[in-house]
Amino acid sequence: MDKMTTILQPDHVTIPGVSEPAKSRTTRRVRGLSDRAIAWLFVAPTIALLLAINIFPLVWMIRLSFTSLNLSMSYLPLRFVGLDNFTDILSDEDVWIRLQTTAQFVISSVALQVVIGFGLALLINRQFRGHSFWTTMILLPMMLSPAVVGNFWTLLFQPQIGPFNYLISLFTGVPPSSFSMTGEVALAPWTIVLVDTWMWAPYVMLICLAGLRSIPDYIYEAAEVDRASAWRQFWSITLPMTVPFLMLAVLFRAIENFKMFDMVNLLTSGGPGSTTELVSITLKRAAFEKWRTGYSSALAIILFVTVFGAANIYVKVLNKVKQR
Amino acid sequence: MTATVAKSTAHSIVESTPRAKAVAGSLVILYALITILPLVWIVATAFKSQSDAIAYPPKVLFQPTLEGYVNLFTVRTRQTPDFIAKLPPPETWYDKLVRQHDMVIAGPSKVVPRFVNSLIIGFGSTFLAVFLGTLAAYAFSRFRIPLADDLLFFILSTRMMPPVAVAIPIYLMYRQLNLTDTRLGMILLYTAVNVSLAVWLLKGFIDEIPREYEEAALVDGYTRLQALRKVVLPQAVTGIAATAIFCLIFSWNEYAFAVLLTSGEAQTMPPFIPFIIGEGGQDWPAVAAATTLFVVPIVLFTVLLRKHLLRGITFGAVRK
Repeated sequence: MDKMTTILQPDHVTIPGVSEPAKSRTTRRVRGLSDRAIAWLFVAPTIALLLAINIFPLVWMIRLSFTSLNLSMSYLPLRFVGLDNFTDILSDEDVWIRLQTTAQFVISSVALQVVIGFGLALLINRQFRGHSFWTTMILLPMMLSPAVVGNFWTLLFQPQIGPFNYLISLFTGVPPSSFSMTGEVALAPWTIVLVDTWMWAPYVMLICLAGLRSIPDYIYEAAEVDRASAWRQFWSITLPMTVPFLMLAVLFRAIENFKMFDMVNLLTSGGPGSTTELVSITLKRAAFEKWRTGYSSALAIILFVTVFGAANIYVKVLNKVKQR
Repeated sequence: MTATVAKSTAHSIVESTPRAKAVAGSLVILYALITILPLVWIVATAFKSQSDAIAYPPKVLFQPTLEGYVNLFTVRTRQTPDFIAKLPPPETWYDKLVRQHDMVIAGPSKVVPRFVNSLIIGFGSTFLAVFLGTLAAYAFSRFRIPLADDLLFFILSTRMMPPVAVAIPIYLMYRQLNLTDTRLGMILLYTAVNVSLAVWLLKGFIDEIPREYEEAALVDGYTRLQALRKVVLPQAVTGIAATAIFCLIFSWNEYAFAVLLTSGEAQTMPPFIPFIIGEGGQDWPAVAAATTLFVVPIVLFTVLLRKHLLRGITFGAVRK
């Protein structure tokens, strides 16, 4: 496992795993417990809990992924099948289609959120009157439970009674009950993107705002002295200096979207057909509906390795960007 | 220092024209209004009658009623105004309400036990996570721990796993330990998920407290633990509170584990709300009422947390 190492410019951006500048650490003995004993005593419970609830199950899952265990037929003896589950998954065309669906969702959703979030941050950074109140309003959706969000958007999207279709028909004249946002193959994926963006564009906005506010004034002042146009200032100062923050936002959003389960489960539960079936939904079906535990463990491991690998590669790129 | 960079906020250039400000302001306000419109609709739906909630075209103006809330909380079985009219006197406030507003009671509802579960699991796991997190964060911040970076990264990486994937082995493990669908099981699980956030956030907060304070206390003859309790904790109290709220929001909002690992006994609000069924399908006013009640604390917390929001949602990776 590679470590996410040093990152990003100003020192108020650090990334998970980064080493802090060395401090004068004194290991001395004061009355009472020694520092070393305290350090272990304080860290041990957390590590123990994570070992019990994360690592032990993970190891168990790795073991299960080599078996044909099916919980609906758990009377069968545990049979080891080697890499069969993995080869099954990787040669299954359906799984590849689900991965594609997931990738499309992650890419379109994150791209839209970055555009909207960055745009909003630029606007809010102008510090108009009442900007902090409206910022808080914009931030509300991302604090809500994805389950609740998925649920109430279901109401808003009801073709017969929902206000969404009604509003669309007011502006376009399309009869409201002639289309269903969550029930149509052509619309459902975009519905997921729409709701996800509604919820998470504020997140990107918040990170971008931190980025914009970290750019020191004097750089703009210097640019002003050089008579750089506003446009030029944006392209050669604002954007490049915000890029590391943008990339951080992309990293966090992409990981979250890749794992996304809750909102989709409630909005479309993967349908219609399997147009919005993200891998996490496939995984849930295999594990908790078909009870194919061995198979789904293998799938879970493939997913974990994918997220982990992608995140590590991305962080390497991020470091390069920083060093440039 | 982190704080100083962040303070150099206003750019002279961006500050410039009042017209640009006005344009920016109105665009942001427009976006904000569109953003909160769905929420406003839900809050309004909670005060509609069943028939108003499913009327077409959707009703913007309506006669407000408490039907949704009454249906959400009622423990009685189905009742109609006719049924209540036939009841012998004396009439309770409840019967009166139902008769006066011509309500149809769909009950009985399980919302109270579900809400209690959310509270117990939310506060229980938050307390544990913050307690363990504070200790670990203090140790990571102040002592030389072998492989500290690897340990911190390990703590973080436990969050990268999709919950659906972790739920499989947890489900099997819990079945062996008789922890499935128990509050204790959910508390332990949410504590494990929250503790990673707590360690990361609190480490950031404690790092910002100058070490000199404790060192002075140690020189004065305090033990480490005394110095921690009397010097560091009081300084870290805002950070600890913010961390606690972030943990609470997480357990309050969590859905994937809840829906896969609980079915009754320990079920929390998120998996419960979508399945509030009235007669003839979903009872939208009751669903909206439950959503409103569920969301109110989050809205309050969001306002309270404004300053720490960025830290909390990025694992402390970005500090303001």
